[in-house]
Amino acid sequence: MQSLNVQPDLLEISSLTKGFPGVQALDHVHFMLRAGEIHGLLGENGAGKSTMIKVLTGVYRRDAGSIRLDGQEIEARDTAHALSLGIGTVYQEVNLLPNLSVAENLFIGRQPHRFGLVRTGEMRRRSAELLSTYGLDINVTEPLGSFSVAVQQIVAIARAVDLSAKVLILDEPTASLDANEVETLFRILNDLKTRGIGIVFVTHFLDQVYAVCDRITVLRNGRLVGSRPTAELPRIELVSMMLGRELAAEALHRNQRPAVTGDPLVAFKDYGKRRLVEPFDLAVRPGEVVGLAGLLGSGRTETAKLIFGIERAETGQAYVDGKPVRIASARDASRLRFGFTPEDRKTEGIVAELSVRENIILALQAQRGWLHQLTRRRQDEIANRFIRLLDIRTPDAEKPIGLLSGGNQQKALLARWLATEPRFLILDEPTRGIDVGAHAEIIRLIERLCEDGLALLVISSELEEIASYSDRVVVLRERRHVRELSGEDVNADTIMTTIAGHQ
Amino acid sequence: MMRRHLPVLITLGVFIAGYLICLAQFPSFASTRVIGNLLTDNAFLGIVAVGMTFVILSGGIDLSVGSVIAFTGVFLAVVIERYNVNPYLAFLLILGIAALFGAGMGLLIHIFEIPAFIVTLAGMFLVRGMCFVLTTDSIPINAPIYGQVTDIAFSLPGGGRLTFVAIVMLLVFALGIVLAHFTRFGANVYALGGNRTSAQLMGVPVGKTTVKIYMLSSFLAALAGIAFSFYTSAGYSLAATGVELDTIAAVVIGGTLLTGGSGTIIGTLVGVLIQGLIQTYITFEGTLSSWWTKIAIGALLFAFIVLQRGLSAASIRTR
Repeated sequence: MQSLNVQPDLLEISSLTKGFPGVQALDHVHFMLRAGEIHGLLGENGAGKSTMIKVLTGVYRRDAGSIRLDGQEIEARDTAHALSLGIGTVYQEVNLLPNLSVAENLFIGRQPHRFGLVRTGEMRRRSAELLSTYGLDINVTEPLGSFSVAVQQIVAIARAVDLSAKVLILDEPTASLDANEVETLFRILNDLKTRGIGIVFVTHFLDQVYAVCDRITVLRNGRLVGSRPTAELPRIELVSMMLGRELAAEALHRNQRPAVTGDPLVAFKDYGKRRLVEPFDLAVRPGEVVGLAGLLGSGRTETAKLIFGIERAETGQAYVDGKPVRIASARDASRLRFGFTPEDRKTEGIVAELSVRENIILALQAQRGWLHQLTRRRQDEIANRFIRLLDIRTPDAEKPIGLLSGGNQQKALLARWLATEPRFLILDEPTRGIDVGAHAEIIRLIERLCEDGLALLVISSELEEIASYSDRVVVLRERRHVRELSGEDVNADTIMTTIAGHQ
Repeated sequence: MMRRHLPVLITLGVFIAGYLICLAQFPSFASTRVIGNLLTDNAFLGIVAVGMTFVILSGGIDLSVGSVIAFTGVFLAVVIERYNVNPYLAFLLILGIAALFGAGMGLLIHIFEIPAFIVTLAGMFLVRGMCFVLTTDSIPINAPIYGQVTDIAFSLPGGGRLTFVAIVMLLVFALGIVLAHFTRFGANVYALGGNRTSAQLMGVPVGKTTVKIYMLSSFLAALAGIAFSFYTSAGYSLAATGVELDTIAAVVIGGTLLTGGSGTIIGTLVGVLIQGLIQTYITFEGTLSSWWTKIAIGALLFAFIVLQRGLSAASIRTR
């Protein structure tokens, strides 16, 4: 906060306008970035964030408006040119080269050389030096791909900054990091801030915005909604700026309801697999939502894969309706009327080229076997019913699903399993990468399904969210189910302290 | 560290094991004569394989090299024997023509974003056709320099000869290693094979590098063609058919990933020598048909591709 008003504007965007056929992606948007500030750029999907970044980095040409860096009018021709002007970008999927060494990634195109030959030793020494200023001590001769996404991101940041970046744009950098890694990243961002670099931080995580950002700019439908210091912007107001409507604070919170009783629909005893997840006990009743919480890699997804038969359990026994069953494959699981929407929607979930209808009937058709084709009429009927029921926003059922927004893809995936009339549904990160509005809808949907008597197992990284809809929450740590929270204990604070391991 | 060099080490292991098997059956394999011949007989394959390694490392493929070798032979025979052009000038001419041809293919691949497979397949047919335009006969080359060059050789102890073409091949490999691992161009080639889009975003001159890669490949194919013409002392339109596939096999057996981005030049040398070794073994054996070379190479190739899949799957799992 201390230096907010003395720093000059580093990047000054005024009246930036960019249109695509049928859409005004940016409509006279203003944006100011000061040197030495972290500026959160927020907005729902379609707000214009990515378009703005793409214009800044030369991927798109603007229709009108001006972009000034240090008072100089600039127009980037391409990403490399933007970087040479001083605007560096780091994406969620790190755009570096996993097959080259860390040192080569840092220095490609500007390797120190003599007589036409790269001075490898010199390059390694300088790489190690550079990374040590970020607190990273790794073997720079190893291929980049052998390191975690977090390390790769730090390398990407180091590269961008070292290439004389004055402005650093981080496009959802934390989406695939765990809590520790996020903390490391934030430490680095704060460090870069004191070095006078202006940072644009795009994210969906409101907690993180409040943790690091000095100012917040909100876009909606290609227009600027407002730009305010973080300290003066309460969370609820931020959300309403993003959504353009008032959101009741309790909208995300579940009405207190009595604990679900009765016999469990599915139960697992001593269920586990070596190196995947330690043996655990778990039971879910009809009409109950059980949350799985924990850091990335704590065994949440692994638990789901074990339960759904994608991985085969080595120990323990599964029960459905109290009777022992064998789940050795996803086919077995789906025959038991289990459903599973995976975490990685794009690669494991949707078939992007197929239509919404084809995606929705996929699981049902697979269950029937391909010899018993659903009639086209029946397909249309099912697809249209779910499009209406889940409010999937698509012009029609024949649109390729890849063209839909993340939230609507997620709903279609849910529809895919709902069409099979499952009794037990596993949702892995159902709200990841979805804008705030669709987010709330998915959560309402989860609650509705559970009222209909479905048994649900939901995995989520967002603690507030998981606390809001879960009857019970199982907390995982280091591939072990450490504690089951129920009743009053189902709240974000307790979950967090359990994850952190205060015993 | 180990994992990255594992493919090359396995290739080397296969070569050593194969050599020992040959040695056990035919003790004369230890003689420098056999080793010298192994290098000489495979010199042209080695030279063209260096170029192919760069192409495959960048994620591409070059199917035209066999035709370029044949065209080089025919071109040399025609201009030297029929038009009495100075052989040295003829060498320079064909190297220049080939480099231009390669640059053209590289440009097409880059500008129109046509898959390398298609462009070089077209190049293969085009150049093979050009051979027949020049001549349909097999023309012997009688220029004195051909005799002289064949006579240049280092005598190895034990009666073997390290011939001029073998020396050229080893030199090309040495230069290839420097180019691949110690220059910016080399790093750019690996970058292209890793991820074209990322490479572009990071400021790698993708177009220029692509053009240079195919230029290099065609240039080396012409050089291999010259070596081949020394070897056969003739130019023939149907020569070197299928050499592009032998070359690709040598590169893959040498531990280079067919999808690009990973591999070494030295591995390719070992890959070429393994093929040579199998051929020599079959010659020594005497009773086996020469087609067994193809069968053995096919089996090896399959084994190596399966191995590569296994290794990359393993490295993803341990991440």
